[in-house]
Amino acid sequence: MTIRLEEVTRKMGAETHIFPTSMELKSGSLNVLLGHTLAGKTTLLRLLAGLDRPSSGKIFVDGVDVTGASVRQRNVAMVYQQFINYPSFTVFDNVASPLRRAGVSPQEIDQRVRSVAKSLHIDALLDRLPAELSGGQQQRVALARALVKEAGLLLLDEPLVNLDYKLREELRQELRAIFRRRESIVVYATTEPTEALLLGGHAFVVDEGRILQSGPSIEVFHAPASERVGKVFSDPPINLIGGRVTGRSAVLGDTISMDLPDHMTLLDEGAYRFGVRANFLNVRRQSDRDLEIEGCVELAEISGSETFIHLEHHGVSWVAQEEGVHSFGLGDTVSIFVDPDHVYAFDGSGRLAACPPYEARGGG
Amino acid sequence: MDKWEDNRAWWLVVPVFLIVAISAIIPLMTVVNYSVQDIFGPGQRVFVGTEWFKEVLTDRRLHEALGNQFLFSGLVLLIEIPLGVAIALAMPKQGWRASLCLVLLALPLLIPWNVIGTIWIIFTRPDIGLMGVAINGLGLEFDHTAAPLDAWVTVMLMEVWHWTPLVVLLAYAGLRAIPEAYFQAARIDGASAWATFRYIQLPKMRGVLTIAVLLRFMDSFLIYAEPFVLTGGGPGNATTFLSIHLVKMAVGQFDLGPAAAFSLIYFLIVLLFSWLFYQALQNVGTGDKR
Repeated sequence: MTIRLEEVTRKMGAETHIFPTSMELKSGSLNVLLGHTLAGKTTLLRLLAGLDRPSSGKIFVDGVDVTGASVRQRNVAMVYQQFINYPSFTVFDNVASPLRRAGVSPQEIDQRVRSVAKSLHIDALLDRLPAELSGGQQQRVALARALVKEAGLLLLDEPLVNLDYKLREELRQELRAIFRRRESIVVYATTEPTEALLLGGHAFVVDEGRILQSGPSIEVFHAPASERVGKVFSDPPINLIGGRVTGRSAVLGDTISMDLPDHMTLLDEGAYRFGVRANFLNVRRQSDRDLEIEGCVELAEISGSETFIHLEHHGVSWVAQEEGVHSFGLGDTVSIFVDPDHVYAFDGSGRLAACPPYEARGGG
Repeated sequence: MDKWEDNRAWWLVVPVFLIVAISAIIPLMTVVNYSVQDIFGPGQRVFVGTEWFKEVLTDRRLHEALGNQFLFSGLVLLIEIPLGVAIALAMPKQGWRASLCLVLLALPLLIPWNVIGTIWIIFTRPDIGLMGVAINGLGLEFDHTAAPLDAWVTVMLMEVWHWTPLVVLLAYAGLRAIPEAYFQAARIDGASAWATFRYIQLPKMRGVLTIAVLLRFMDSFLIYAEPFVLTGGGPGNATTFLSIHLVKMAVGQFDLGPAAAFSLIYFLIVLLFSWLFYQALQNVGTGDKR
């Protein structure tokens, strides 16, 4: 099965939710829609499902125009952020419901429900009601209901966002394995760059109703085509600072000067915006070449086993992500360091001009 | 006591205990006290054991009132709950129309109960009332002061008009609380409108409908002001409900003993049925087979 969007738009009154968008998705592919809240991910999923009609443009499934076909005529399954199950059905009946509607024989229903339930580790819960399950188990039931259908198109709209951290990790691993075994087109919407990277597959970076960039997740991550992609595909968002390239050196902001690293040697002279991801900013100097950014601590948040340090340097805020738990006093003066080999350069219109080298490992 | 400091915390409970004692326990015990004594006057009382209970339980008039009461409450639940849910389903989901509907629906709930009775007396009068004149104009004889059936119809109409909005408001709140994703999921599953109602909306409304059934049962079982104003319990005893009967007994005939005994029975009936409804509604429809 192949699904193709051709110049599809979606307008609601005066607001445009999706600007003309084209994309093609093939069977067995895992596609991640990555974007902030309200970027248009859910609207795209609804268009793919057939829940909404595009305002203009066409949608083809295997070359057949299905633009006007309602969701019932399409072979679609969807999982939501909320845990959606029939409240008065047992787990078994919940999972079986799409098959019953399709008129599958009772023996086959029984066998398929049990095998899906087993793969999602809910086979011991088949007689329970959704209200008797934990959040993670409820979402497993919703996933089982979507998977049992063996629909050609499986849509997941931030399915793990309402689960706690550990459950999310666990279920993400399982999902990745399940997606690999399936023939269907999987479309997975998420706001989290880490999730896009962990799932692998093909990333579509969505922002303000447009697809900014698409490609294998790891490549898009390492080589964001524009500042906006860099912001969406980094958490915390990539640090950006204006600067100039003159001759063999560059100045970041007004104060941080560096010799051009190898990947920037071809840059023309002129104004650029330089970008550094938070995880490449360290509180300890790693080498003599490191640039030093001295600033005043505005905020230090500890998240899990990492510390995010926000500091102000000559009117520009920087965020550094540091392994381990550290405490910094507000207003302390701290230096953070970055290797020039990890600095991105974007040109005046926000397009990537120089990309730090990375090891290509292929899209996974 | 080596933990004397901790025990002082009991003093914090005293105000609550006093309030509950004054508002509930003491009046209730007074009623219990009355129900086992015959009181001739101040300081003149005789212990009579269960005599008043026996008298009350064999009272034919009381059986009649009890029958009326169950018929009335049963009809109230059978009409108001489905009607309320149906109206809630038909209401606009958002925007100024939804606000307008809610305000219009809430109006009957804001009117004092005896005023409601008065409104309906005038509304149904065969000589000047809008509804009374209209029905008689159609050639049907309609007079709630003369015909028992007409009195019942009027009381039921008044009750449904007055209280269905409460059920609508509760059901509407329950419906609005269902995430939109449920309806999308139902569409993807290809569920019909009936199936969506039966397997998503109805189970999701279980909580609010339980409240609605309990409130409507208790309120209708205790109804007094509106039928008292509208029909005074008549014609004959056709619309004499338990409260009306009780007031006649206690205030009209000053039979304090039987009235107290009857009050306790009345209270236990309400408690028992509320509990039964609650239990039933907690368990109904769990594990639907489809």
